[in-house]
Amino acid sequence: MAFTITVNGRRRAVESAADTPLLWVLRDELDLKGTKFGCGMSFCGACTVHLDGVPTRSCITPLSRVGEASVVTIEGIGDTEVGKKVKAAWLALDVMQCGYCQSGQVMTATALLARTPKPTDGDIDAAMSGNLCRCATYTRIRAAIKQAAGLPADDSREV
Amino acid sequence: MAGIDVFDRSAGPRPDGDSAVPASLSRRAFLTVGLAAGGGLLLTLNLPRTAQASEPIAAAPAAQLNLFISIAPDGIVTIVAKNPEIGQGSKTMLPMLVAEELDADWSQVRAEQAMLNPIYGPQFAGGSMDTPLNWEPMRRVGAAGRQMLVLAAAQTWEVPAAECDASQGSVRHRPSGRTLSYGALAAKAATLPAPDLQSVTLKDPKDYRIIGKFTGGVDSARVLDGHRLFGIDTVLPGMRYAAYQKAPVFGGRVVSANIAAVKAMPGVRDVLIVRGTDPQAVFHMGLLDGVAIVADTWWQTQKALEKLRVVWDHDSAAGQSTAQFERQAASLSRQRPQSIVRRDGDVDKALSRASKVLQAAYAYPFLAHVDLEPQNCTAHYKRDGSVEIWAPTQNPAPGRKLVAAALGVDEGRVAVHMTRVGGGFGRRLSNDYMVEAAMISKRAGCPVKLLWNRRQDIQHDAYRPAGFHYFRAGLTAAGRLGAFRDHFVSFGQGGKVASSADLPRSHFPAGFVPDLEYGQSLIELRVPTGPLRNPGGNALAFAFESFVDELAHAAGRDPLDFRLDLYGPARVMPTTAPMGRPHPPFDTGRVRGVLELVAEKSGWRRRQELPRGTGLGLAFYYSHYGYFAEVVKASVAPDGIPRVHKVWAAGDVGRQIINPAGAYNQAQGGILDGLGAALHQAITIEGGRVVQENFNTYGLLRMREAPPVEVHFRLTDNPPTGLGEPALPPVLPALCNALFAATGRRIRRLPIDPKELRSA
Repeated sequence: MAFTITVNGRRRAVESAADTPLLWVLRDELDLKGTKFGCGMSFCGACTVHLDGVPTRSCITPLSRVGEASVVTIEGIGDTEVGKKVKAAWLALDVMQCGYCQSGQVMTATALLARTPKPTDGDIDAAMSGNLCRCATYTRIRAAIKQAAGLPADDSREV
Repeated sequence: MAGIDVFDRSAGPRPDGDSAVPASLSRRAFLTVGLAAGGGLLLTLNLPRTAQASEPIAAAPAAQLNLFISIAPDGIVTIVAKNPEIGQGSKTMLPMLVAEELDADWSQVRAEQAMLNPIYGPQFAGGSMDTPLNWEPMRRVGAAGRQMLVLAAAQTWEVPAAECDASQGSVRHRPSGRTLSYGALAAKAATLPAPDLQSVTLKDPKDYRIIGKFTGGVDSARVLDGHRLFGIDTVLPGMRYAAYQKAPVFGGRVVSANIAAVKAMPGVRDVLIVRGTDPQAVFHMGLLDGVAIVADTWWQTQKALEKLRVVWDHDSAAGQSTAQFERQAASLSRQRPQSIVRRDGDVDKALSRASKVLQAAYAYPFLAHVDLEPQNCTAHYKRDGSVEIWAPTQNPAPGRKLVAAALGVDEGRVAVHMTRVGGGFGRRLSNDYMVEAAMISKRAGCPVKLLWNRRQDIQHDAYRPAGFHYFRAGLTAAGRLGAFRDHFVSFGQGGKVASSADLPRSHFPAGFVPDLEYGQSLIELRVPTGPLRNPGGNALAFAFESFVDELAHAAGRDPLDFRLDLYGPARVMPTTAPMGRPHPPFDTGRVRGVLELVAEKSGWRRRQELPRGTGLGLAFYYSHYGYFAEVVKASVAPDGIPRVHKVWAAGDVGRQIINPAGAYNQAQGGILDGLGAALHQAITIEGGRVVQENFNTYGLLRMREAPPVEVHFRLTDNPPTGLGEPALPPVLPALCNALFAATGRRIRRLPIDPKELRSA
């Protein structure tokens, strides 16, 4: 059975089997390589995409569960106002080292700011702790989220 | 500081043509490169007589000034980055060095990743060597280009070259004010004779416009746009996907497998039993026995993998376990060391005279690298017997050798593309995934993308070796260190110290204590080991710098003063050169400099004012030519979970921070990486295999645990050195020393067990 899903605003007919994780449909069938594979079990967040705006682990989301949800990936997130700001902040602060986790980080950060335009450090901790960065660029991820939100860079956590 | 050899010296320049190398690269073979006696790059330029087209940037032909620089008529300057980009910033930093001396306009510069080609000399990412090996040669390459462009302008105007200046992509004739852009000059410049690289003039650092400026990664925007940059993103026409299952017990061999059942799974094209090359391959990360599944999609390989049943012939490794290693270590600790690494003076006599003797046992676990991009490689064994490889590797040359040997092809017939690498950390100095992909492509008769899943990645690594230190040290009546002994119980393979399991004889405090002995005993190990970011240092710093803190407290001294005393007045000391290369000698003045700087920034001298239950801990470590002193502020929750409030770091890596954007990021990331290891990480062996399978049981630091990290660089008049590694080691002992200051409990085993810190 073939599925039709909406990815970055376009209707796409796909042929992958129903149990194929959305991650592999995006990467290998639709050739959207920005979404990354890190663990396959939702522990690392490298595969984060939005389903109707909700950050979702595409590595454990079977194609059959996508349904009518609007899927947005790193390739499409720059078309949103918040996503554009987040990407710009990421580049201005030179957040990435290897960069492999960063599309997932940007997707989670964009969802955070769409819901909470002025996040506290606690909000950032809560939203971002599911996204691992092996290079541990957390200091700059935090700063970039604040920059995108128009907040001062100071770390408000009690030192 | 362990003397690992990260590149293959035997794969030196080959004079013959290389049919597997694309024509566009062969055109660049104008520069012969060898290792000079001093170990640096020796560059001899033979410039092309005519302008050459450059791949793949522009429609307009670009003129090639030398191996590294091409300039198109529109002024776009393409600069080749010869080493792999693993997140250490090499693809940005190396072109910055060239562009600075070229006087290019950075906005016009495009960086291009080199393929593996001996004309570039050593090509690897390891040992924090990018900066020390390339700081001078790459600037000279740029200066040679500038000299040719200036000469081309002077000849065009028929004026003396001395009347012309280069700046930001153009040459100006001072007396007349005429200017010509590099784009307009490049074709003529490319016809001029090559300057001798040793004779070119380098800039006064005060004139730098690119070096020292915060410069974002050249590919960062493309990463965030989802471009195919990483190895895992490689796509070839007609490509299939592969999974490769090896024996979970190290060294195991395939007896049989349910091939027909797996072949019947949807999308599966081939199920192949692959034979390893030799019994030692498990230790040198070569081709091992396994079963390859080739399918139309990678997900299909994973579904088929669930059905795969293999009968393995398990090696002697099956009897090995972490628990057994611990029993062996305890037993060895009660015997004399099997060998003596270093002996100065008479440590027994000195201990007997000491006014106070301390002894302590420290232990740390095996660690995995867990690069976030799992190991992968795309390979195409072609009908003509040549092989083309796309690999996220830190160290492509030995990989090519491995492929050539396993497939029985000439090395010159193996072309290796270096993709962007989703994390290195030393794991990708090995090339097992490369030889696996090449062999599967050959056997399956099509291009394949091999991708490991996370379990395979964690369970088939070259692990940071565990280690056990049995220290005994004596303090003099004046509270100074008078005698020091370490019986290091480590691991060996066939009687030789396992990779990255050695204790360098120059390791601190050797050279600073008259009576000192480093003894070593080896447990025979059937598990592969290898370098992890800051090999040696990532483990030894914890043990030694924690014990030094114990000694300071036992002496009733401030741990800062105790260290300053131990290192003594500023002077230069002989040390073993890391990787056998010349380097600025070890300078205790630089140690003092960073210790005093970090003390000032962290408020070390005022630490008694901190609330009860909060402590500061200090540590220093020298590695990869870098001097780092760090202070951690920490407390402990009632359930024993440590909380790191903040880290201060002071580093000395010479006179110039080349790219502050990368430099601070590397230092901060290295420090947080070290915290993650101290708090969360251990690989345990049971029945000869690794227990951990994914990030739920092998943890990385997460955002909520990542404290602010304040980094300060102390500039000293020494050659710039690398930053990928040296910031990492001190944070582990600094954290443990802070926890001692906060709680009075001493952490002597990693990872930190909250039970040891729980309130009574």
